[in-house]
Amino acid sequence: MSLFGKKQIDTAAVTYISYAGETRQVAVPIGDSVMEGAIKNGIDGIVAECGGACQCATCHVYVDEAFLGLLNPMQEDEDEMLNTTRCPRRPNSRLGCQIPVTKQLDGLIVRTPEAQQ
Amino acid sequence: MKQDGVVIVGAGQAGFQVAASLRMEGFEEPIALIGDEPSLPYQRPPLSKGFMLGKQDIEGTALRPLAFYENHRIELVTGTKVTGIDRMSRAVSVASGRNLRYDTLVLAVGARNRMLPVKGAELDGVCYLRTDAEAVEIRQRLEQARDVVVIGGGFIGLEMAAAACALGKSVRVLEVQSRLMPRVVSQILSDFYRDVHTGQGVGISLGVSLSEIRGDQGKVSEVVLSDGSRWPADLVLVGIGVVPNIELAREAGLGVANGIVVDEQLRTEDESIYAIGDCADHPNPFAGGRVRIESVQNAVDQAKCIAAAIVGRAENYRAVPWFWTDQFDIKLQMAGLSSGHDRVVARGEPESRKFSAFYFREGRLAAVDSVNRPGDHLAARKLIGAGTEITPEQAGDPSVDLKSLVG
Repeated sequence: MSLFGKKQIDTAAVTYISYAGETRQVAVPIGDSVMEGAIKNGIDGIVAECGGACQCATCHVYVDEAFLGLLNPMQEDEDEMLNTTRCPRRPNSRLGCQIPVTKQLDGLIVRTPEAQQ
Repeated sequence: MKQDGVVIVGAGQAGFQVAASLRMEGFEEPIALIGDEPSLPYQRPPLSKGFMLGKQDIEGTALRPLAFYENHRIELVTGTKVTGIDRMSRAVSVASGRNLRYDTLVLAVGARNRMLPVKGAELDGVCYLRTDAEAVEIRQRLEQARDVVVIGGGFIGLEMAAAACALGKSVRVLEVQSRLMPRVVSQILSDFYRDVHTGQGVGISLGVSLSEIRGDQGKVSEVVLSDGSRWPADLVLVGIGVVPNIELAREAGLGVANGIVVDEQLRTEDESIYAIGDCADHPNPFAGGRVRIESVQNAVDQAKCIAAAIVGRAENYRAVPWFWTDQFDIKLQMAGLSSGHDRVVARGEPESRKFSAFYFREGRLAAVDSVNRPGDHLAARKLIGAGTEITPEQAGDPSVDLKSLVG
Protein backbone atom coordinates (compact mmCIF):
# COMPACT_ATOMS: atom_id res chain seq x y z
CA MET A 1 0.00 0.00 0.00
CA SER A 2 1.18 3.46 -0.79
CA LEU A 3 1.55 5.85 2.09
CA PHE A 4 -0.42 8.39 0.15
CA GLY A 5 -3.38 6.25 -0.86
CA LYS A 6 -3.80 4.60 -4.25
CA LYS A 7 -5.44 6.66 -6.93
CA GLN A 8 -6.48 5.10 -10.19
CA ILE A 9 -4.45 7.06 -12.70
CA ASP A 10 -4.77 6.88 -16.46
CA THR A 11 -1.46 6.35 -18.15
CA ALA A 12 0.00 6.16 -21.62
CA ALA A 13 2.89 3.95 -22.67
CA VAL A 14 6.02 5.87 -23.64
CA THR A 15 9.11 4.20 -25.04
CA TYR A 16 12.50 5.81 -24.52
CA ILE A 17 15.36 4.66 -26.73
CA SER A 18 18.82 5.70 -25.62
CA TYR A 19 21.65 6.72 -27.93
CA ALA A 20 23.20 3.31 -27.29
CA GLY A 21 19.96 1.65 -28.37
CA GLU A 22 18.66 0.61 -24.95
CA THR A 23 14.86 0.58 -25.01
CA ARG A 24 12.55 1.11 -22.02
CA GLN A 25 8.81 1.38 -22.06
CA VAL A 26 7.10 2.96 -19.06
CA ALA A 27 3.56 3.95 -18.12
CA VAL A 28 3.42 7.73 -17.79
CA PRO A 29 0.41 9.31 -16.07
CA ILE A 30 -1.71 11.44 -18.41
CA GLY A 31 -0.71 15.05 -17.87
CA ASP A 32 2.86 14.30 -16.82
CA SER A 33 5.46 15.37 -19.34
CA VAL A 34 7.74 13.15 -21.39
CA MET A 35 10.58 14.54 -19.26
CA GLU A 36 8.83 13.59 -16.00
CA GLY A 37 8.14 10.12 -17.33
CA ALA A 38 11.87 9.65 -17.81
CA ILE A 39 13.03 11.23 -14.55
CA LYS A 40 10.50 9.40 -12.38
CA ASN A 41 11.49 6.09 -13.90
CA GLY A 42 15.22 6.64 -13.69
CA ILE A 43 15.77 6.73 -17.42
CA ASP A 44 19.20 8.09 -18.24
CA GLY A 45 19.61 10.30 -21.27
CA ILE A 46 17.41 13.08 -19.93
CA VAL A 47 18.95 15.43 -17.37
CA ALA A 48 16.25 18.06 -16.71
CA GLU A 49 18.46 20.42 -14.73
CA CYS A 50 15.69 22.92 -14.16
CA GLY A 51 13.00 20.43 -13.21
CA GLY A 52 10.68 21.14 -16.09
CA ALA A 53 10.50 24.92 -16.26
CA CYS A 54 11.74 25.20 -19.86
CA GLN A 55 14.94 26.88 -18.69
CA CYS A 56 17.82 24.58 -19.47
CA ALA A 57 17.32 22.50 -22.65
CA THR A 58 18.68 19.33 -21.04
CA CYS A 59 15.60 17.20 -21.78
CA HIS A 60 16.12 17.22 -25.55
CA VAL A 61 14.43 14.29 -27.33
CA TYR A 62 13.90 13.18 -30.92
CA VAL A 63 10.24 12.27 -31.37
CA ASP A 64 9.35 9.34 -33.60
CA GLU A 65 7.93 10.78 -36.84
CA ALA A 66 4.68 8.86 -36.54
CA PHE A 67 3.74 10.94 -33.47
CA LEU A 68 4.87 14.39 -34.60
CA GLY A 69 1.41 15.39 -35.78
CA LEU A 70 -0.13 14.50 -32.42
CA LEU A 71 2.08 16.77 -30.31
CA ASN A 72 1.09 20.09 -28.81
CA PRO A 73 2.48 22.97 -30.86
CA MET A 74 5.88 24.36 -29.94
CA GLN A 75 6.08 27.72 -28.15
CA GLU A 76 8.59 30.39 -29.08
CA ASP A 77 10.89 29.86 -26.08
CA GLU A 78 11.15 26.11 -26.66
CA ASP A 79 11.88 26.79 -30.32
CA GLU A 80 14.68 29.19 -29.42
CA MET A 81 16.17 26.90 -26.77
CA LEU A 82 16.29 23.98 -29.17
CA ASN A 83 18.82 25.97 -31.19
CA THR A 84 21.27 25.67 -28.31
CA THR A 85 21.03 22.00 -27.39
CA ARG A 86 24.23 20.02 -26.95
CA CYS A 87 23.38 17.58 -29.76
CA PRO A 88 22.17 18.77 -33.17
CA ARG A 89 18.61 19.93 -33.57
CA ARG A 90 16.56 17.93 -36.08
CA PRO A 91 13.06 18.52 -37.46
CA ASN A 92 11.71 16.09 -34.82
CA SER A 93 13.55 17.70 -31.89
CA ARG A 94 11.50 18.74 -28.85
CA LEU A 95 12.10 19.44 -25.17
CA GLY A 96 10.61 16.61 -23.14
CA CYS A 97 9.31 18.98 -20.46
CA GLN A 98 7.11 20.70 -23.04
CA ILE A 99 5.28 17.55 -24.18
CA PRO A 100 2.42 16.63 -21.86
CA VAL A 101 1.45 12.99 -22.27
CA THR A 102 -2.09 12.52 -23.59
CA LYS A 103 -4.23 9.48 -24.34
CA GLN A 104 -3.59 10.07 -28.04
CA LEU A 105 0.13 9.72 -27.41
CA ASP A 106 -0.19 6.17 -26.04
CA GLY A 107 2.63 4.23 -27.64
CA LEU A 108 4.83 7.32 -28.09
CA ILE A 109 8.46 6.64 -28.96
CA VAL A 110 11.24 9.15 -28.24
CA ARG A 111 14.97 8.83 -28.74
CA THR A 112 17.42 10.57 -26.44
CA PRO A 113 20.55 12.24 -27.83
CA GLU A 114 24.11 11.21 -27.10
CA ALA A 115 24.50 14.01 -24.54
CA GLN A 116 22.46 16.80 -22.95
CA GLN A 117 25.18 18.95 -21.39
CA MET B 1 36.51 -0.24 7.19
CA LYS B 2 33.85 2.14 5.94
CA GLN B 3 30.32 1.02 6.50
CA ASP B 4 28.22 3.80 7.96
CA GLY B 5 27.89 5.51 4.62
CA VAL B 6 26.50 8.98 4.05
CA VAL B 7 24.08 10.92 6.20
CA ILE B 8 22.50 13.93 4.54
CA VAL B 9 20.87 16.57 6.73
CA GLY B 10 18.28 18.48 4.75
CA ALA B 11 15.98 16.93 2.16
CA GLY B 12 15.57 19.90 -0.17
CA GLN B 13 16.87 20.09 -3.71
CA ALA B 14 20.54 19.83 -2.66
CA GLY B 15 20.14 16.99 -0.17
CA PHE B 16 17.94 15.01 -2.52
CA GLN B 17 20.42 15.43 -5.37
CA VAL B 18 23.34 14.14 -3.29
CA ALA B 19 21.43 10.92 -2.60
CA ALA B 20 20.31 10.51 -6.21
CA SER B 21 23.74 11.30 -7.65
CA LEU B 22 25.53 8.94 -5.25
CA ARG B 23 23.39 6.05 -6.46
CA MET B 24 23.93 7.09 -10.09
CA GLU B 25 27.67 7.05 -9.35
CA GLY B 26 27.36 3.45 -8.19
CA PHE B 27 27.82 4.21 -4.49
CA GLU B 28 26.74 1.07 -2.59
CA GLU B 29 26.95 2.05 1.08
CA PRO B 30 24.00 3.22 3.20
CA ILE B 31 22.46 6.63 2.52
CA ALA B 32 20.15 8.40 4.97
CA LEU B 33 18.34 11.55 3.87
CA ILE B 34 16.85 13.44 6.81
CA GLY B 35 14.41 16.32 6.37
CA ASP B 36 12.33 18.28 8.87
CA GLU B 37 9.36 18.72 6.53
CA PRO B 38 6.74 15.95 6.30
CA SER B 39 6.50 15.71 2.51
CA LEU B 40 8.55 13.79 0.03
CA PRO B 41 11.42 16.00 -1.19
CA TYR B 42 9.98 18.53 -3.62
CA GLN B 43 10.87 21.40 -5.92
CA ARG B 44 10.44 24.85 -4.46
CA PRO B 45 10.44 27.00 -7.64
CA PRO B 46 6.90 26.08 -8.74
CA LEU B 47 5.45 27.08 -5.36
CA SER B 48 5.50 30.77 -6.26
CA LYS B 49 4.83 30.18 -9.96
CA GLY B 50 2.86 27.27 -11.47
CA PHE B 51 1.33 26.12 -8.20
CA MET B 52 0.34 29.63 -7.08
CA LEU B 53 -1.34 30.18 -10.45
CA GLY B 54 -3.25 26.91 -10.17
CA LYS B 55 -1.46 25.35 -13.15
CA GLN B 56 0.21 22.63 -11.12
CA ASP B 57 -0.94 20.62 -8.10
CA ILE B 58 1.17 20.31 -4.98
CA GLU B 59 1.81 16.59 -5.46
CA GLY B 60 3.30 17.46 -8.83
CA THR B 61 6.18 19.27 -7.14
CA ALA B 62 7.63 16.02 -5.68
CA LEU B 63 11.09 15.39 -7.07
CA ARG B 64 10.53 11.62 -7.14
CA PRO B 65 7.81 9.20 -6.03
CA LEU B 66 8.28 7.28 -2.78
CA ALA B 67 9.23 4.14 -4.70
CA PHE B 68 12.38 5.87 -5.96
CA TYR B 69 13.84 5.98 -2.45
CA GLU B 70 12.94 2.36 -1.76
CA ASN B 71 14.30 1.17 -5.09
CA HIS B 72 17.56 3.04 -4.56
CA ARG B 73 17.98 2.05 -0.90
CA ILE B 74 17.86 5.64 0.26
CA GLU B 75 16.55 5.80 3.81
CA LEU B 76 14.24 8.80 3.70
CA VAL B 77 13.56 10.21 7.16
CA THR B 78 10.93 12.95 6.88
CA GLY B 79 9.44 15.23 9.51
CA THR B 80 12.54 14.86 11.62
CA LYS B 81 14.79 17.54 13.03
CA VAL B 82 18.47 16.86 13.56
CA THR B 83 19.41 18.11 17.00
CA GLY B 84 23.16 17.68 17.10
CA ILE B 85 26.35 16.43 15.50
CA ASP B 86 28.89 14.43 17.48
CA ARG B 87 32.01 14.81 15.36
CA MET B 88 34.13 12.57 17.61
CA SER B 89 31.93 9.53 17.17
CA ARG B 90 30.69 10.63 13.75
CA ALA B 91 26.99 10.55 14.48
CA VAL B 92 24.02 12.85 14.26
CA SER B 93 21.19 12.78 16.75
CA VAL B 94 17.59 13.40 15.80
CA ALA B 95 14.63 14.63 17.80
CA SER B 96 13.31 11.12 18.45
CA GLY B 97 16.53 10.30 20.29
CA ARG B 98 17.91 8.09 17.55
CA ASN B 99 21.55 8.38 16.50
CA LEU B 100 22.72 7.87 12.92
CA ARG B 101 26.39 7.17 12.35
CA TYR B 102 28.18 8.43 9.25
CA ASP B 103 31.43 8.16 7.41
CA THR B 104 30.52 11.29 5.47
CA LEU B 105 28.05 13.93 6.61
CA VAL B 106 26.42 16.39 4.22
CA LEU B 107 24.85 19.54 5.59
CA ALA B 108 22.25 20.67 3.08
CA VAL B 109 20.29 22.51 5.73
CA GLY B 110 19.16 25.43 3.57
CA ALA B 111 17.90 28.76 4.75
CA ARG B 112 14.81 30.15 6.39
CA ASN B 113 12.78 33.25 5.74
CA ARG B 114 13.87 36.50 7.26
CA MET B 115 11.07 37.62 9.54
CA LEU B 116 9.54 41.06 9.36
CA PRO B 117 10.72 43.08 12.36
CA VAL B 118 7.71 45.36 12.72
CA LYS B 119 4.74 45.69 15.00
CA GLY B 120 1.82 43.63 13.76
CA ALA B 121 3.90 41.06 11.91
CA GLU B 122 2.30 38.34 14.01
CA LEU B 123 -1.24 39.14 12.82
CA ASP B 124 -3.31 36.49 11.09
CA GLY B 125 -2.98 37.01 7.34
CA VAL B 126 0.73 37.90 7.32
CA CYS B 127 2.30 35.03 5.39
CA TYR B 128 5.73 33.88 4.25
CA LEU B 129 6.54 31.44 1.48
CA ARG B 130 9.20 28.76 1.56
CA THR B 131 7.55 25.40 2.13
CA ASP B 132 4.83 23.50 0.31
CA ALA B 133 2.58 23.83 3.36
CA GLU B 134 3.01 27.61 3.32
CA ALA B 135 2.28 27.68 -0.41
CA VAL B 136 -0.95 25.73 0.10
CA GLU B 137 -2.00 28.12 2.86
CA ILE B 138 -1.28 31.22 0.77
CA ARG B 139 -3.12 29.71 -2.20
CA GLN B 140 -6.18 29.13 0.00
CA ARG B 141 -6.04 32.60 1.49
CA LEU B 142 -5.73 34.11 -1.99
CA GLU B 143 -9.13 32.65 -2.87
CA GLN B 144 -10.75 34.89 -0.26
CA ALA B 145 -8.43 37.88 -0.41
CA ARG B 146 -9.22 41.16 -2.09
CA ASP B 147 -6.37 43.51 -1.22
CA VAL B 148 -2.94 41.92 -1.23
CA VAL B 149 0.15 43.78 -0.05
CA VAL B 150 3.50 42.22 -0.94
CA ILE B 151 6.44 43.29 1.19
CA GLY B 152 9.70 42.94 -0.72
CA GLY B 153 10.29 43.50 -4.44
CA GLY B 154 12.67 40.58 -5.02
CA PHE B 155 12.06 37.38 -6.98
CA ILE B 156 9.69 35.75 -4.50
CA GLY B 157 7.74 38.91 -3.77
CA LEU B 158 7.29 39.74 -7.43
CA GLU B 159 6.36 36.18 -8.38
CA MET B 160 3.71 36.18 -5.67
CA ALA B 161 2.54 39.61 -6.81
CA ALA B 162 2.25 38.41 -10.41
CA ALA B 163 0.28 35.34 -9.34
CA ALA B 164 -2.05 37.33 -7.09
CA CYS B 165 -2.63 39.84 -9.88
CA ALA B 166 -3.34 37.06 -12.38
CA LEU B 167 -5.92 35.73 -9.90
CA GLY B 168 -7.68 39.09 -10.05
CA LYS B 169 -6.54 40.57 -6.75
CA SER B 170 -5.69 44.18 -6.08
CA VAL B 171 -1.93 44.05 -5.45
CA ARG B 172 0.55 46.57 -4.02
CA VAL B 173 4.29 45.80 -3.79
CA LEU B 174 6.37 47.67 -1.21
CA GLU B 175 10.15 47.76 -1.69
CA VAL B 176 12.56 49.56 0.63
CA GLN B 177 15.20 50.09 -2.08
CA SER B 178 14.78 52.54 -4.93
CA ARG B 179 14.26 49.80 -7.54
CA LEU B 180 12.96 46.23 -7.95
CA MET B 181 15.21 43.17 -7.49
CA PRO B 182 18.10 45.45 -6.49
CA ARG B 183 20.32 42.66 -5.19
CA VAL B 184 20.46 40.74 -8.46
CA VAL B 185 19.71 42.81 -11.54
CA SER B 186 20.71 46.20 -12.91
CA GLN B 187 18.65 49.33 -13.33
CA ILE B 188 17.59 48.48 -16.89
CA LEU B 189 15.95 45.25 -15.69
CA SER B 190 14.48 46.89 -12.59
CA ASP B 191 12.85 49.56 -14.73
CA PHE B 192 11.57 46.99 -17.21
CA TYR B 193 9.96 44.92 -14.45
CA ARG B 194 8.37 47.97 -12.85
CA ASP B 195 6.73 48.70 -16.20
CA VAL B 196 5.64 45.07 -16.64
CA HIS B 197 3.99 44.98 -13.23
CA THR B 198 2.36 48.38 -13.40
CA GLY B 199 1.15 47.55 -16.92
CA GLN B 200 -0.70 44.59 -15.43
CA GLY B 201 -2.20 46.73 -12.70
CA VAL B 202 0.17 45.93 -9.83
CA GLY B 203 0.95 48.99 -7.73
CA ILE B 204 4.64 49.45 -7.01
CA SER B 205 5.98 51.63 -4.20
CA LEU B 206 9.76 52.04 -4.19
CA GLY B 207 12.01 53.50 -1.51
CA VAL B 208 9.39 53.09 1.19
CA SER B 209 9.79 51.75 4.69
CA LEU B 210 7.31 49.99 6.83
CA SER B 211 6.02 51.46 10.06
CA GLU B 212 3.59 48.82 11.23
CA ILE B 213 0.91 46.36 10.24
CA ARG B 214 -2.47 46.97 11.78
CA GLY B 215 -5.20 44.49 12.39
CA ASP B 216 -8.80 44.13 13.34
CA GLN B 217 -9.63 41.40 15.86
CA GLY B 218 -6.30 39.73 15.25
CA LYS B 219 -6.63 39.77 11.47
CA VAL B 220 -4.51 42.00 9.27
CA SER B 221 -6.34 45.04 7.91
CA GLU B 222 -3.76 47.55 6.69
CA VAL B 223 -0.07 48.24 6.21
CA VAL B 224 1.24 51.59 7.40
CA LEU B 225 4.38 53.19 5.95
CA SER B 226 6.78 55.49 7.77
CA ASP B 227 5.49 58.48 5.79
CA GLY B 228 2.06 57.80 7.22
CA SER B 229 0.50 56.42 4.04
CA ARG B 230 -1.66 53.34 4.48
CA TRP B 231 -2.51 50.43 2.23
CA PRO B 232 -5.57 48.29 2.98
CA ALA B 233 -4.73 44.60 3.14
CA ASP B 234 -6.52 41.39 3.95
CA LEU B 235 -3.44 39.38 2.97
CA VAL B 236 0.19 40.42 3.43
CA LEU B 237 2.83 38.34 1.66
CA VAL B 238 6.37 38.83 2.90
CA GLY B 239 9.45 38.08 0.78
CA ILE B 240 12.39 39.95 2.30
CA GLY B 241 15.11 37.37 1.88
CA VAL B 242 16.42 34.45 3.87
CA VAL B 243 18.98 33.68 6.53
CA PRO B 244 21.12 30.53 6.28
CA ASN B 245 20.63 27.77 8.83
CA ILE B 246 24.04 27.79 10.45
CA GLU B 247 23.13 26.86 14.02
CA LEU B 248 23.69 23.11 13.78
CA ALA B 249 27.16 23.63 12.27
CA ARG B 250 28.08 26.32 14.77
CA GLU B 251 27.07 24.15 17.72
CA ALA B 252 29.27 21.41 16.28
CA GLY B 253 32.20 23.81 16.30
CA LEU B 254 32.38 24.28 12.53
CA GLY B 255 33.24 27.64 11.05
CA VAL B 256 30.34 29.86 10.08
CA ALA B 257 30.20 33.29 8.48
CA ASN B 258 27.68 34.18 5.78
CA GLY B 259 26.68 30.52 5.95
CA ILE B 260 28.59 27.36 6.76
CA VAL B 261 32.18 27.92 5.68
CA VAL B 262 33.55 25.44 3.13
CA ASP B 263 36.59 25.24 0.85
CA GLU B 264 36.84 24.98 -2.95
CA GLN B 265 35.67 21.37 -2.75
CA LEU B 266 32.75 22.29 -0.48
CA ARG B 267 34.30 20.63 2.57
CA THR B 268 34.07 22.17 6.02
CA GLU B 269 37.13 22.25 8.25
CA ASP B 270 36.13 18.71 9.30
CA GLU B 271 37.10 16.58 6.31
CA SER B 272 34.17 14.20 6.90
CA ILE B 273 31.63 17.01 6.61
CA TYR B 274 30.48 18.90 3.53
CA ALA B 275 28.04 21.80 3.30
CA ILE B 276 26.16 22.58 0.08
CA GLY B 277 23.27 24.59 -1.32
CA ASP B 278 21.67 27.69 0.21
CA CYS B 279 23.62 27.30 3.47
CA ALA B 280 27.13 27.04 2.00
CA ASP B 281 29.52 30.01 2.17
CA HIS B 282 31.90 28.87 -0.57
CA PRO B 283 34.67 30.28 -2.77
CA ASN B 284 33.20 30.74 -6.24
CA PRO B 285 35.39 31.58 -9.26
CA PHE B 286 32.49 33.45 -10.88
CA ALA B 287 32.07 35.68 -7.84
CA GLY B 288 35.75 36.43 -7.50
CA GLY B 289 35.47 35.54 -3.84
CA ARG B 290 33.31 33.81 -1.27
CA VAL B 291 29.57 33.76 -1.81
CA ARG B 292 26.39 32.03 -0.77
CA ILE B 293 23.99 31.28 -3.61
CA GLU B 294 20.28 30.53 -3.27
CA SER B 295 19.30 28.67 -6.41
CA VAL B 296 18.31 25.32 -7.84
CA GLN B 297 21.39 25.30 -10.06
CA ASN B 298 23.75 25.83 -7.14
CA ALA B 299 22.01 23.15 -5.08
CA VAL B 300 22.11 20.60 -7.89
CA ASP B 301 25.64 21.27 -9.10
CA GLN B 302 27.14 21.38 -5.62
CA ALA B 303 25.40 18.10 -4.84
CA LYS B 304 26.83 16.49 -7.98
CA CYS B 305 30.28 17.88 -7.16
CA ILE B 306 30.43 16.28 -3.72
CA ALA B 307 28.78 13.02 -4.85
CA ALA B 308 31.69 12.67 -7.29
CA ALA B 309 34.13 13.48 -4.48
CA ILE B 310 32.63 10.86 -2.19
CA VAL B 311 33.19 8.18 -4.83
CA GLY B 312 36.78 9.34 -5.29
CA ARG B 313 36.69 12.07 -7.94
CA ALA B 314 37.18 15.23 -5.91
CA GLU B 315 37.33 18.43 -7.93
CA ASN B 316 36.92 22.10 -7.19
CA TYR B 317 33.39 23.42 -7.57
CA ARG B 318 33.24 25.62 -10.66
CA ALA B 319 29.76 25.45 -12.20
CA VAL B 320 28.44 28.60 -13.85
CA PRO B 321 25.69 30.08 -11.65
CA TRP B 322 22.31 30.54 -13.30
CA PHE B 323 18.86 31.54 -12.11
CA TRP B 324 15.41 32.21 -13.44
CA THR B 325 12.17 33.89 -12.56
CA ASP B 326 8.80 33.75 -14.30
CA GLN B 327 6.48 36.72 -13.83
CA PHE B 328 3.39 37.09 -16.00
CA ASP B 329 4.46 36.02 -19.51
CA ILE B 330 8.05 37.20 -19.04
CA LYS B 331 10.87 34.73 -18.68
CA LEU B 332 13.99 36.20 -17.05
CA GLN B 333 17.08 34.00 -17.11
CA MET B 334 20.33 35.03 -15.51
CA ALA B 335 23.76 33.53 -16.12
CA GLY B 336 26.87 34.35 -14.10
CA LEU B 337 27.12 36.76 -11.18
CA SER B 338 26.91 40.46 -11.97
CA SER B 339 28.15 41.78 -8.61
CA GLY B 340 30.92 44.32 -9.02
CA HIS B 341 30.23 44.94 -12.70
CA ASP B 342 31.48 48.20 -14.19
CA ARG B 343 29.67 48.20 -17.52
CA VAL B 344 26.26 47.07 -18.81
CA VAL B 345 25.45 46.62 -22.50
CA ALA B 346 21.96 45.93 -23.81
CA ARG B 347 21.29 43.56 -26.69
CA GLY B 348 17.86 44.26 -28.13
CA GLU B 349 15.33 46.82 -26.94
CA PRO B 350 13.40 46.55 -23.68
CA GLU B 351 10.34 47.88 -25.56
CA SER B 352 10.33 44.70 -27.65
CA ARG B 353 10.15 42.63 -24.41
CA LYS B 354 13.03 40.55 -25.80
CA PHE B 355 16.45 41.76 -24.72
CA SER B 356 19.53 40.84 -22.75
CA ALA B 357 21.82 42.86 -20.48
CA PHE B 358 25.50 41.93 -20.63
CA TYR B 359 27.54 42.79 -17.52
CA PHE B 360 31.28 43.34 -17.79
CA ARG B 361 33.75 43.38 -14.91
CA GLU B 362 37.22 44.72 -15.74
CA GLY B 363 36.65 44.05 -19.42
CA ARG B 364 35.47 40.47 -19.00
CA LEU B 365 31.94 39.17 -19.37
CA ALA B 366 30.64 38.46 -15.85
CA ALA B 367 26.93 37.89 -16.30
CA VAL B 368 24.01 38.08 -18.72
CA ASP B 369 20.35 38.68 -17.86
CA SER B 370 18.00 37.62 -20.64
CA VAL B 371 14.35 38.59 -21.01
CA ASN B 372 12.49 36.24 -23.34
CA ARG B 373 15.77 35.46 -25.11
CA PRO B 374 16.53 31.91 -23.94
CA GLY B 375 19.01 31.42 -26.77
CA ASP B 376 21.13 34.28 -25.38
CA HIS B 377 20.93 32.73 -21.93
CA LEU B 378 22.13 29.31 -22.96
CA ALA B 379 24.91 30.80 -25.07
CA ALA B 380 25.89 33.08 -22.17
CA ARG B 381 26.26 30.13 -19.81
CA LYS B 382 28.73 28.60 -22.24
CA LEU B 383 30.61 31.85 -22.86
CA ILE B 384 30.97 32.58 -19.14
CA GLY B 385 31.86 29.00 -18.29
CA ALA B 386 34.59 28.86 -20.91
CA GLY B 387 35.85 32.36 -20.14
CA THR B 388 35.46 33.24 -23.81
CA GLU B 389 36.57 36.73 -24.77
CA ILE B 390 33.69 38.87 -25.96
CA THR B 391 33.75 42.62 -26.39
CA PRO B 392 30.95 44.95 -25.28
CA GLU B 393 30.52 45.86 -28.95
CA GLN B 394 29.94 42.22 -29.94
CA ALA B 395 27.55 41.75 -27.03
CA GLY B 396 25.47 44.74 -28.05
CA ASP B 397 25.28 43.80 -31.72
CA PRO B 398 22.34 41.42 -32.34
CA SER B 399 23.83 40.45 -35.71
CA VAL B 400 26.75 38.77 -33.92
CA ASP B 401 25.86 35.11 -33.41
CA LEU B 402 26.71 34.36 -29.78
CA LYS B 403 26.72 30.62 -30.39
CA SER B 404 29.49 31.02 -32.97
CA LEU B 405 31.71 32.62 -30.31
CA VAL B 406 31.44 29.60 -28.04
CA GLY B 407 34.65 27.66 -28.47
